[in-house]
Amino acid sequence: MSAVAIEGVWKFYGDYPALRDVRLEAEPGACLALIGRNGAGKTTLLRIVAGFSRPGRGKVKIFGTEPRETETRRRMGFIGHGISVYDELSAFENLTLFGKLYGLPDPRKSALEWLERTGLERVRNGLVREFSRGMRQRLAVARAFLHEPSLLLLDEPFTALDDRAIAVLQRLLREALAAGKTIVMSTHQLREALDLASHVALLSRGQVAFHGPRTPEMVADPGYVYARYGDSG
Amino acid sequence: MNFPRQVLVIAIKDLRAEIRTKEAINASFAFALVVLLLFSFAFDPEAETTREISGGLLWIVFAFAGTLVLNRSFARELPNDCLDALIAAPISGAALFLGKALANYVLVMAMEVVSLPVFCIFNNVGGPVSQKIWPILMVMALGTWGLTVIGTIFSALTVNIRLREVMLPMLTYPILVPALMAAMLLTKGLVLGQPLTGDSLTWLKMLIGFDLIYTAVSLALVEIVLVG
Repeated sequence: MSAVAIEGVWKFYGDYPALRDVRLEAEPGACLALIGRNGAGKTTLLRIVAGFSRPGRGKVKIFGTEPRETETRRRMGFIGHGISVYDELSAFENLTLFGKLYGLPDPRKSALEWLERTGLERVRNGLVREFSRGMRQRLAVARAFLHEPSLLLLDEPFTALDDRAIAVLQRLLREALAAGKTIVMSTHQLREALDLASHVALLSRGQVAFHGPRTPEMVADPGYVYARYGDSG
Repeated sequence: MNFPRQVLVIAIKDLRAEIRTKEAINASFAFALVVLLLFSFAFDPEAETTREISGGLLWIVFAFAGTLVLNRSFARELPNDCLDALIAAPISGAALFLGKALANYVLVMAMEVVSLPVFCIFNNVGGPVSQKIWPILMVMALGTWGLTVIGTIFSALTVNIRLREVMLPMLTYPILVPALMAAMLLTKGLVLGQPLTGDSLTWLKMLIGFDLIYTAVSLALVEIVLVG
């Protein structure tokens, strides 16, 4: 059973098809890098996979179940464009809140553990609105990993991260892959993404232009996929 | 985590955030007090007609000041895309909605409980209101739940609209007309010293029915409102 199965997904904004018959699969333990120019449909696709919006046509299965099923959501972690933590709450309160929502047995213990793993234990009681950008991003990473998800959906996870946050995220992603977890990430940072990816999918104007395993050529030249499989737009 | 606990976690989160920022409650309190003050200049506090329109005056203040709280309900989730994190969490849309409605209810009721004595002083109705304080509080509780439920679901519906501050009152007030009518007439009757019998009882039943129906409809529709 695939970790993620996207079957003939279409999405329309008005009459405009943002996604056109997208078919992709990611096996358990795989790391799929979704690449493509701005407006190719990467974020739209990830939001459908995450269950934030429904496809116009087609369907998405996560470990064989619907994305909006409660148990499916429990197995997913998502990092989007925003950090998805509350400015008015402290780092500890934010993580405890999400720990409770995900039904963790000891939310406070998990929150403390992840504050430590992301280097935020010294500022645990500080309000997020007082944090630097890098600290906020590390907290966002902690929030996404807090409930030990089997599937991580990351929308441009390396964009605007500082060096420390990139290092933290890369370490956590490698640990997640080593533990057999599945990652689907959209990105423009080809070098960082191809370093981790086992598979690559190129989206072009809402369609899958290429989908296959990562090859040595792609690692050697991150622009190879664009050049070889065409995406002049 | 069971459903009631999920509701409570969301409600506590919203209340904690509001207590720290005070962005909705300050505006709501200030608006209510200013309007009550202006009304006291517009109408003669000694006149019998003032008592007769007192229910209407009070609920106009509650409805408009309450909207300032309700407007922030889902808008609070927009910075940092927090709504995505809530939608992604393994809780039902109904738990999310009820949690937010509960937090809004507490905030709107707080505004009303502070406004009521001010209203009594400015309109010289302290005596009649204190004699019927428990029925009046019951009407406030029921009317406020209707206001909160409608406001919260439309706050979710309009959260991604640029002109949501304008859209929310435009959408909520027409639907709230039956509940506001019932609350106004019940409050007027109680201020005039009438018991909750006859027509008043019918209005009370209508208010309870309104609350039950719109709570059920909101719970059924919230998932569609949030995800599509």
